[in-house]
Amino acid sequence: MKLTIPEEEVMGHGHLACQGCGGALAMRYTLKTLGRNTVLSVPACCWSVIDGPFPHSAVNIPVFHTAFEAAASTASGIKAGFEIQGKDVNVVAWAGDGGTYDIGIQALSGAAERNDDIFYICYDNEAYMNTGVQRSGSTPLKAWTTTTPVAHPKDRPKKDLISIMAAHRIPYIATASVAYPEDLTAKLEKAKNIKGTRFLLIFSPCPPGWKADPKNTIKLARLAVETKVFNLLEIENGLDWRITKKIRKPKPVIEYLKLQGRFRHLTEDDVSLIQENVEKEWNILMNKVGE
Amino acid sequence: MRKVMIGNHALSYGAKISRAQVIPAYPITPQTEVVELLSEMCANGEMDAKFIKVESEHSAMTASIGASATGARVFTATSAQGLALMHEVLHWAVGARTPIVMGNINRAMAPPWTIWTEQTDSLAQRDTGWMQLYAQNSQEVLDSVIQAYKVAEAVQIPAMVILAAFVLSHTSEAVELPEQGKVDEFLPPYEPEYRIDPANPHAFGGLTGPDGYFELRYQIQKAIEDSLPKWDEVGREFGELFGRKYGLIETYKVEDAKNLIISSATLASTARTAVDALREKGEKVGLLRIRVFRPFPSAQIRSILSSVDRAVVVDRNISFGASGIFYQEVKAAVYNEKNPPPIFGVIAGIGGRDVTKKDIIDIYEDIMRMDEPKSDIIWKGVRL
Ligand SMILES: Cc1ncc(C[n+]2csc(CCOP(=O)(O)OP(=O)(O)O)c2C)c(N)n1
Ligand code: SF4
Ligand SMILES: [Mg+2]
Repeated sequence: MKLTIPEEEVMGHGHLACQGCGGALAMRYTLKTLGRNTVLSVPACCWSVIDGPFPHSAVNIPVFHTAFEAAASTASGIKAGFEIQGKDVNVVAWAGDGGTYDIGIQALSGAAERNDDIFYICYDNEAYMNTGVQRSGSTPLKAWTTTTPVAHPKDRPKKDLISIMAAHRIPYIATASVAYPEDLTAKLEKAKNIKGTRFLLIFSPCPPGWKADPKNTIKLARLAVETKVFNLLEIENGLDWRITKKIRKPKPVIEYLKLQGRFRHLTEDDVSLIQENVEKEWNILMNKVGE
Repeated sequence: MRKVMIGNHALSYGAKISRAQVIPAYPITPQTEVVELLSEMCANGEMDAKFIKVESEHSAMTASIGASATGARVFTATSAQGLALMHEVLHWAVGARTPIVMGNINRAMAPPWTIWTEQTDSLAQRDTGWMQLYAQNSQEVLDSVIQAYKVAEAVQIPAMVILAAFVLSHTSEAVELPEQGKVDEFLPPYEPEYRIDPANPHAFGGLTGPDGYFELRYQIQKAIEDSLPKWDEVGREFGELFGRKYGLIETYKVEDAKNLIISSATLASTARTAVDALREKGEKVGLLRIRVFRPFPSAQIRSILSSVDRAVVVDRNISFGASGIFYQEVKAAVYNEKNPPPIFGVIAGIGGRDVTKKDIIDIYEDIMRMDEPKSDIIWKGVRL
């Protein structure tokens, strides 16, 4: 049998993530494909803790910690530094959704517009987890966080960051999920051979932040795809959209929502609203895909 | 080779002749000419360097930090609002021990919008750990960029070369361009002890508790203290090679001076002409120009102040709620001396208001008529 996921483990065991952390898995799979000739620019996020306190580091490749809003620009600088010294290294900005959708979007947009030769990978857990679960621009409609309490859950949908990135016309954009490692691996393999800004969004459940059972991380990540809450796709040059995981018989969103405490307060109307929203977004996406 | 250039281009040529390799920069008046010339020289191959056209000063500084951490020599430049936007990551550059050299054109902060000169923008960054050098002419700007790299890389602390908006940034002067070969000899390629290297992986800046952070800060302070003699050494060595000697401070007619005018940057050049005029009137007056502000040359200042009767510090900056900033620092440096002279603090030239030779002569004559400093601020030229 031909293995589609590289066997070698670059990331070590001694990291500090919680049980069932999707963000830790996302890194593990990513490094398997990108390999050891890789450098990470990590802004403030759970990963500034997960990697381990000084002098420890779990990833066995260089990690450069940077300011919350600066993952992309720091990566651009690292890449330029290597290039002028004639070194060919994968430089990866590795940020959470807060550092990507919100505070870091300016630096990300700048790097993408310049088409700097970096990977930008966002592990998306849909809130500010490091600081104790506050809403971000990625938090979904009606979800609970500490700043969108049950009395006033999030009243706006998750920001469509993928379209924003597509508008930059960068060579490669993909969404991925920790429940579909072959898909993630294939996308990283493809991205490795492309020059310019490559943006990946990896759906990464967070058990404490979602009030979910750690044993359900993969299940939730899979259900998000099966309910079309989170779609696996890739975009070339900002224009050529393609679904990489087709769902023949989508499941109702309730299957996904009911396993998470952050949605426990939902009324039936709320669930219908979320379901409608999923259909609406799917149709918008189908227009882009051209199906 | 001599070349007529504006102060801003002296910064650009300083970066070029120092063989800066990565230049992330964002334009702001009155700094734009610095980056325009650099981006042109990167584009036409005159410089073997990468110019990153970042979308903000914040990204200029973070890209500078990333590039420097790989072991590249990095230059950038900014002014006022841009420098303030960088504030968080100015600390980062120091904590990450990245010896970036940055030009800053001293411009007053908004609001109201203004573009004229004042030193409060850079002095407000005094506690970030960046070394700060205030130049008085274009030749010194160019020479100081080269020296700044030498000192910064030796102690692994970034340095700012600072010049006054328009008075210096846009004034044309003849500048001697040092020979590239001699500069290469003076400033060899940057070889850091640690750099980002996949062959030798490390985590840089990882979470550190009270167990380790304290020592890291102690080391930064030690490194900046170590730079004190280096600035003088490097300035002397530069003088031997290129015929222009520099130091932490510059003195003028202080040997027999009873009274001292203390200032910095282009204000000090004006003060020099005032000293000549006052000397003609028979005044025993001298000038102390503070060239390097961080590290603060306390010992040198103490030694000169030990033999004078009174001193006046002329500041083109203000720390609101306190006083002029050079004044505070000079006073603090001599406070524990046996018989420190009275020190008067004058604030002048705020927001680019012109300070003439006559103004400095007036300042001097006014303080000579006073018995003692009655308050921390003597305002010069404010219209009430
Ligand atoms: C300028 C700045 N503002 C705020 C913070 C505090 N802060 C650190 S991490 C974080 C949230 C990170 O959220 P996200 O990027 O989603 O990563 P996660 O923690 O969820 O992995 C915040 C608000 C900071 N470090 N810097
Ligand atoms: S809080 Fe969530 S994202 Fe952070 S380490 Fe724990 S599981 Fe991972
Ligand atoms: Mg998050």
